[in-house]
Amino acid sequence: MALTTAPNPTPPARETVRASAKSRRPGRTRHGEGLAGYVFLSPWLLGLMAVTAIPMLLSLYLSFTNYDILTDLSDVEWVGLANYERMFTADPSYWHAVQVTLSFGLIAVPLKLAAALGVALLLNRAWRGVGLFRGLFYLPSLLGGSVALAIVWVSMFNRDGAFNSFLSLFGIQGKPWVNDPEWSLETLMVLAIWQFGAPMVIFLAGLKQVPTELYEAAAVDGAGKLRQFVNITLPMLSPVIFFNLVLETINGFQGFTSAFVLSNGTGGPVDSTLMYTLNLYITGFTELEMGYASAMAWVFLVAIALITVVFFSTGRFWVHYSDGDGN
Amino acid sequence: MVAQTPTLPRPGGTPAATRRRPSGAGRQAVRLLILVAILAVVLYPLFWMVGTSFKSQEEIVSNIGLLPREFTPGNFADGWTNFDVNFGRFFLNSAVVSLLTVVGNGVSCLLAAYAFARLRFRLRGLWFAVMIGTLLLPGHVLIVPQYILFQKTGMVGAAWPYLPLVLPQFLATEAFFVFLMVQFMRGIPRELDEAAKIDGATSYGIFRHVILPLSRPALVTTAIFSFIWTWNDFFRQLVYLSDLEDYTVPVALTLFIDSTSQSAVGPMFAMSLLSLLPVFLFFIAFQRMLVEGINTSGLKG
Repeated sequence: MALTTAPNPTPPARETVRASAKSRRPGRTRHGEGLAGYVFLSPWLLGLMAVTAIPMLLSLYLSFTNYDILTDLSDVEWVGLANYERMFTADPSYWHAVQVTLSFGLIAVPLKLAAALGVALLLNRAWRGVGLFRGLFYLPSLLGGSVALAIVWVSMFNRDGAFNSFLSLFGIQGKPWVNDPEWSLETLMVLAIWQFGAPMVIFLAGLKQVPTELYEAAAVDGAGKLRQFVNITLPMLSPVIFFNLVLETINGFQGFTSAFVLSNGTGGPVDSTLMYTLNLYITGFTELEMGYASAMAWVFLVAIALITVVFFSTGRFWVHYSDGDGN
Repeated sequence: MVAQTPTLPRPGGTPAATRRRPSGAGRQAVRLLILVAILAVVLYPLFWMVGTSFKSQEEIVSNIGLLPREFTPGNFADGWTNFDVNFGRFFLNSAVVSLLTVVGNGVSCLLAAYAFARLRFRLRGLWFAVMIGTLLLPGHVLIVPQYILFQKTGMVGAAWPYLPLVLPQFLATEAFFVFLMVQFMRGIPRELDEAAKIDGATSYGIFRHVILPLSRPALVTTAIFSFIWTWNDFFRQLVYLSDLEDYTVPVALTLFIDSTSQSAVGPMFAMSLLSLLPVFLFFIAFQRMLVEGINTSGLKG
């Protein structure tokens, strides 16, 4: 019907049109589109195989071997479950790393989300300048994962760092926080919390979706600010809280750069910043125990998967999806 | 820190709007004050970094103020040439890796997204589910086998050592960007495809003349985030790069930590500051887009 307006009527296309006139179109188009689908998808499929699937299987296989990068792949020795056994029974530093990672994730992530939500609530009013504030609060999220910022952070909590200078204003004698096993991980937690801008932006978008009528109705019914927050804001925001929680937890457990910079790649002082991924890196690339590192990677993968499953199955009880949400 | 607050409240200006309701104005002022205080704390480390990179070694220890008493730009020159290879090389290496990643992600993710969003083919649902699955796959899990494969195929430590960093980006392995573009393309009216199809366009034609031009915003978002994330990335660059002259900026920066001598603190800060400059410039140029990009990609799931 619109043949006259054709911008680029290429010859083969005309054939397609003619074919359609003979009502052979559905099958034909489908076939052509199916082929085209795989043509367009081919880089992704290749990547899935070469960069994800094959390495995953290789890693699973290696986790049952004592492979190190120096020997030939054909000469690896099958050791059965020895790597897993060692991990669970004979490697205290592994469990230490698990503990460090868990405490990092369980403390830093909730505090980061709380900061994000708090600032988002303060910003959730339309007024001039809100965009600037939003942008500036977001800036640390953009810079914070870098080595450069980790370096700054470590210096800031060093003996002569800005934090101790600040404390000295109140006559408090600081300490070299980053060199103290009791405090080194905490400085990294503060660095993670400092990057609350990204979840904050997502909270802000979520807050915009909450219909103002709900608050008006609640106010008419005499509900105070706190009750409005608990009974309207939190439930309406729960899908966004859930999204942030899943994302930030998975990211949090993978923290690497700041721990590497603080400890110069050792996980110190006294293994206090030995995050799981840092431990994996040391095992695989410093000690070259790649079979063992692969076993660690698989346990990590399974743990992350389990955590995700737990999130999604418990989410059913507290995540409230309103009708018009569209998600 | 506290002394800084009075200079900031400029942007908040709401007096005209709130003069009519004094109680609202008061609350707004308190809100603004709290925000400015938090902002001062949040931005302090960045100001401190800038200040320290212009301080002399003696002042870094003794002067607890933000601003240097004596302006010392020499830190930049010292830092630039602190190692056997100068920082210009590291910046060039980082730029090569980041820009190739931008191109790779843009092209490959766009192709995959078009297939997922618009074309019908067998097993599409399955592949899409797999793609979503890889979205949550922790990247650190695969680093050991990936390294082995790249090493066995001779790509690690090759004359051009960046293939292991760049090649995966040309194979749409950043599922996040595929997903972002799929979501974007779903928002492009299907009537446009149908019209082009009636006019005789093939799948390729629709991609080239309808989807590609209209996907420019998603492409720009992908490009900006690809660049910033790769520029800041450390883990993979640390694993794959072993020769000093191949180092990217983040890997080179860690060399400062090795040198235990205190003399390198000023230069270390200067180079750290310099390394963040491209990201910061992106932030200034695309602030709105970055913030909104996080929004749309994050929420429309």
